[in-house]
Amino acid sequence: MNKMMIQTAKDAQGHADFKDALVSLLFQLADDNFIVGYRGSEWLGLAPHLEADVAFCSIAQDHTGHAALFYQLLEDLGQGKADDLAHLREAQAFKNAILVERPNGKGDYIVNPQYDWGYAVIRQYYFDLFEMVRLQALKQSSYEPLAQAAEKLSREKYYHVLHGQTWLKQMALTTDEAKQRLHKALQQVWQDLDELFDMGPLGEDLTKYGIIESRDLIRQRFISKAKEDLASVNMNWPGEPSRPKEKGREGEHTSDLDTALENISEVYRQDPAANW
Amino acid sequence: MNVEQEIWRWLEEVKDPEIPSVSVVDMGMVKSVYVTEVGRVQLDMIPTFVGCPALNLIEKEVKNTLQSKPGIKDVTVTFVMDIPWTSDRINEQGRQNLKKYGIAPPPKDYQEGDPWVAECPYCSSPKTVMENVFGPTACRSILYCTTCKNPFEAIKPV
Repeated sequence: MNKMMIQTAKDAQGHADFKDALVSLLFQLADDNFIVGYRGSEWLGLAPHLEADVAFCSIAQDHTGHAALFYQLLEDLGQGKADDLAHLREAQAFKNAILVERPNGKGDYIVNPQYDWGYAVIRQYYFDLFEMVRLQALKQSSYEPLAQAAEKLSREKYYHVLHGQTWLKQMALTTDEAKQRLHKALQQVWQDLDELFDMGPLGEDLTKYGIIESRDLIRQRFISKAKEDLASVNMNWPGEPSRPKEKGREGEHTSDLDTALENISEVYRQDPAANW
Repeated sequence: MNVEQEIWRWLEEVKDPEIPSVSVVDMGMVKSVYVTEVGRVQLDMIPTFVGCPALNLIEKEVKNTLQSKPGIKDVTVTFVMDIPWTSDRINEQGRQNLKKYGIAPPPKDYQEGDPWVAECPYCSSPKTVMENVFGPTACRSILYCTTCKNPFEAIKPV
């Protein structure tokens, strides 16, 4: 079968099934990046040292920028204004994986943040590694604007992955406390990891229409990369990743997402018509 | 000089808001300039880093600058991504102007995954060390020169 190529948002309007699948994937891409970017931004001023703070905030800014691009692609497809998509939807409309909505730790940004840096860097690392593999699987997308975006974003993603690898090494090869924290963080991440690869109810259509490569291929590439990485720092493979009980890709979320959205969108919701 | 060439020259007046010695033309952010009809200009620009918060500001600056010129009535700016911005798009003048501002230009023909080294923009020593891949803006890193003992910034190769 010849692969259908869709060059513009206007062309996509004429293919309802293709467009529905594409829109479902774009929400996953946008929401994953938006929420992980928010979790990163919650470290502003709290990271263990200045360089770590600068790096983490810079990456959070990139994640938010990547989300903005995906929301813009949704706007182009007639799904509403990009800013509204980010700030005015309820939690059950969000399609991010549960891993990215997990809080950074106990406490609150303003009131007594008892955040867990070990978990935060490791969670973000595995998200970024997954995102790198997912972008790679989008480079030949049958939706041209998405293929172009993947090409562009993966150049930035390289630096995020590099950052995560540096922390993985630092934690695995230094003190016993660091190793223990890494071990604990890996256990926590592994409980949610397998859901990242889910593509929601229209997942099969996405592959059928050539919008993205298959879930199995993405998962396989991710696992082999992750195994190689952990072996290089003498860490044991934590075993088969599991999944949370909520299905984030279908709009089922934890109450942590509600709290996050209240915070992120508080200002925007006061006056959605304001000009920023 | 035709109008389009003149517009390219005017665009050199628009500086990167975060690096005031370098213009948007030097940075390789302008992809194409079309005069669609008399007084109407369509510009295609390429964003450097997707999350760069300066993009809106740059768009505004480009419009203000061109619309203040004789014969230009209306300017439309579109950010396009059909070709990705790479650090090789920074021109020779841009590389020199970055150095003047204390920022090392990116290595040429960089391949993803290669180790990258930057010469100190102050003393040109190659003996520099990476302090933080992430710097004050998405496109810059922080390095340190072990010869003249100055910290400096460098544009990330992408």
